[in-house]
Amino acid sequence: MAEVWIPPQIQNLTGGVEIVHVPGSTVRQLINNLDELYPGLKEILYDEEEEDIMPGLAVIVDGEASQLGVLERLTDSSEVHFLPAIGGGRS
Amino acid sequence: MLDYKPNMVLSNQEYKVVGTRPIRPDGADKVTGKARYAADTNLPGLLFGRVLRSPHAHARIKSIDTSKAAALPGVRAVVTSADIVEPTGRASELSEGAMVNYKFLSNNVLATDKALYKGHAIAAVCASNTHIAEQALKLIEVEYEVLPPVMNAKDAMKADAPLLHDRLASMTTATIRAGGVLDDNDPTKGSNLANKFEFQLGDLDKGFAEADFIVEKETSTVAVHQGYIEPQSGTAQWHEDGTLTVWSSSQGHFTVRDYTARLMGVPVSQVKAVPMEIGGGFGAKLTMYAEPIAAALARKAGAPVKVTMTRTEVFEATGPTSGTFITVKMGVTKDGRITAADAKMIFEAGAFPGSPVVGGAQCIMSAYDIPNGRIEGYDVVVNRPKTSAYRAPGSPAAAFCIETVIDELAEKIGMDPVDFRLLNSAKEGTRRVTGPTMPLVGFIETLEAVKNHPHYSAPKDGKHRGRGVATGFWGNNTGPSSAVATVNPDGTVNLAEGSPDIGGTRSSVSLQLAEVLGIPVEDVHPQVVDTDSIGFTSNTGGSSVTFKTGFAAYTAAQHIKQQLIERAAKRWDVSTDDVEYTDGIAQHKSDPELKLTFKQIAAIQVPTGGPIVGSAGVNPPGAGPALAAHVVDVEVDVDTGKVEIVRYTAFQDVGKAIHPSYVEGQIQGGVVQGIGWALNEEYFINDNGHMVNSSFLDYRMPVSLDLPMIDTVIVEIANPNHPFGVRGVGEVCICPPMAAISNAIYDAIGTRINELPMKPGTILEALGKI
Repeated sequence: MAEVWIPPQIQNLTGGVEIVHVPGSTVRQLINNLDELYPGLKEILYDEEEEDIMPGLAVIVDGEASQLGVLERLTDSSEVHFLPAIGGGRS
Repeated sequence: MLDYKPNMVLSNQEYKVVGTRPIRPDGADKVTGKARYAADTNLPGLLFGRVLRSPHAHARIKSIDTSKAAALPGVRAVVTSADIVEPTGRASELSEGAMVNYKFLSNNVLATDKALYKGHAIAAVCASNTHIAEQALKLIEVEYEVLPPVMNAKDAMKADAPLLHDRLASMTTATIRAGGVLDDNDPTKGSNLANKFEFQLGDLDKGFAEADFIVEKETSTVAVHQGYIEPQSGTAQWHEDGTLTVWSSSQGHFTVRDYTARLMGVPVSQVKAVPMEIGGGFGAKLTMYAEPIAAALARKAGAPVKVTMTRTEVFEATGPTSGTFITVKMGVTKDGRITAADAKMIFEAGAFPGSPVVGGAQCIMSAYDIPNGRIEGYDVVVNRPKTSAYRAPGSPAAAFCIETVIDELAEKIGMDPVDFRLLNSAKEGTRRVTGPTMPLVGFIETLEAVKNHPHYSAPKDGKHRGRGVATGFWGNNTGPSSAVATVNPDGTVNLAEGSPDIGGTRSSVSLQLAEVLGIPVEDVHPQVVDTDSIGFTSNTGGSSVTFKTGFAAYTAAQHIKQQLIERAAKRWDVSTDDVEYTDGIAQHKSDPELKLTFKQIAAIQVPTGGPIVGSAGVNPPGAGPALAAHVVDVEVDVDTGKVEIVRYTAFQDVGKAIHPSYVEGQIQGGVVQGIGWALNEEYFINDNGHMVNSSFLDYRMPVSLDLPMIDTVIVEIANPNHPFGVRGVGEVCICPPMAAISNAIYDAIGTRINELPMKPGTILEALGKI
């Protein structure tokens, strides 16, 4: 099962649990399963209208920001983080 | 001794075209004045727009009467916020787009009920010439109720502070975005604190308990501007079929298309954004000011309209970066291991939510292996222009604080500051305080390059001379990108891409295409084309283009390569399995007589199957972080307080330098901007909240006479996620200078300066001379 790191801001929904092991072969399945364990998480992480990760969030799988969002494939050893997305500026 | 053996993926690989230094394709037109920038747009019947701006930093707009202005002969239209779309902006409805709150975008383009900073756009006029438009502005009557402004984040967070937005939601969820408005039935009081968030790792109390030495300090920085040469300019023309064309210079014309469409209330398919040459952006041209106003005026006037900002408007009304207050507390053992770090980062967002505090928070501790850490971030609105991205947004201010703390700690335990960083540096697999582990990076190799460089061991000759070291981290971005390459019958290639070129990316992308095809890069003719002519391409930001659009060009070239093999096979009547394509030549694997060069196949492309076109739409992951280490020597004049940069060497892991001259140029440019930020640049704000130095005469950016040659050392630890090992290079170079210079000043005069800019008055004050 993938290892999910719960952001501190929403650990109130997990009763303070920081790391959760959740089944799912995609990020979408993982979020659905997370929400079954801790209702309310999906509302924060998932944009129903766009059917994707909530705008402003990035999903990090095994150290890399995913470009596929909820479609990103997971393995049993995947480590998943939900972090703020960031922009940048250059010359 | 380090036990870490870096994985040198691709790092020493040499290529035939990638890594060379060809002349830039856009250079001749630029130096001869033929290149067309946004303000060079001219159309038949063009009208000229000017913007009325708030004279107050904070005021309620009670009424706007435009009738006299509209009646002035020569005036064709007057617009206010009533002429653009204003979404609700409710936090609960923010899921309908990307990371932008369109209500705040709309309110920043043209104010509604309140003017939130001096220079905030209130109304706009277009006329047959600029002089009439300016005359008309004086005829617009605005009744203001002047309110007390709040100019810095600490004041804005006080309980009795004036509120900018009566209904601003104070967000604390993991969804860190540009704030939102409370729902109508929500009884919560509005706030100037748009967002508060936190990252945590390990056990902070335990970490500090294990420390032998602890240093804690607060640093402060004030707003500085990106200082690009070309002011924003946008021209808009509506067509008879209801479509709209917009010409402007930006760091993302797809964003121009999307934002303009949204504020005009039309589908994106009805808007075409045409990218003009860009005279610098540094992050500030990722958003828009002039384009929607030009579009609104053009719609009302029934004629094309151009709106070009003045330098004063650029300073007063476009995004500088944030003023910040950052506190870092860090503990180390006496043998130099970091045990814990705690950071509190307060960033001014300007008049609307969305400072770069998120970026700063994700960077501040990422260069190091910190087992126990916490980072708190605060995004606070103040009566200043809305901040926009500025080169590695958030990270330079973060580095100023943590890198000076590290310098103090290294001194306390008597360790060389580079050795201290080497001992604690992040490497592949290091757990970051923000959670994820670090991918392959070249921080150790970069620091070792510092230690081995003659600058680091050179004697510091002269009185009041000091040397400082600091590092910087930036995550780098990627995103969707497109490329279309068309083979011409003469063997050249037209390459169309959607990434505005602000740092030489037409070259760096062309080099990657040429490398795959085995042709001279001079045979590739790159163009940045409009939104109707190429697939969606995300912004030129986050040091992403050479990575993502290079990836698109690489993929398009592979597509062409496959077609070249097919055409040769068809010509020879053999199987494609029997043909290989290497170094620009298709060759039969077993018959050495059968060879066709790229040019020869190009010449026969039509009879062998039609035009050869390669295309790619990609969204590649794994941009790979960037790390830099800088060494600077300064000399302090203790009588005047002036700090002179005597010598500067910048070291950076660049993955693979596709065009080394551009890489060096990016590093040098970042350093120079950092020097300006460190020593000179600031918004002088008077008691009324007005900027009083809104020209380049008074806003002091460094020029060549202020600087020595900036030496660069390129370290190449290839990014394994890119075919040529690319990692972005354009931003991390601005992160170390402020801290490195502060550390050097301390080395020179024995006093630490914890605020920017470290101008003569500040130095003299620190020396007790004033």
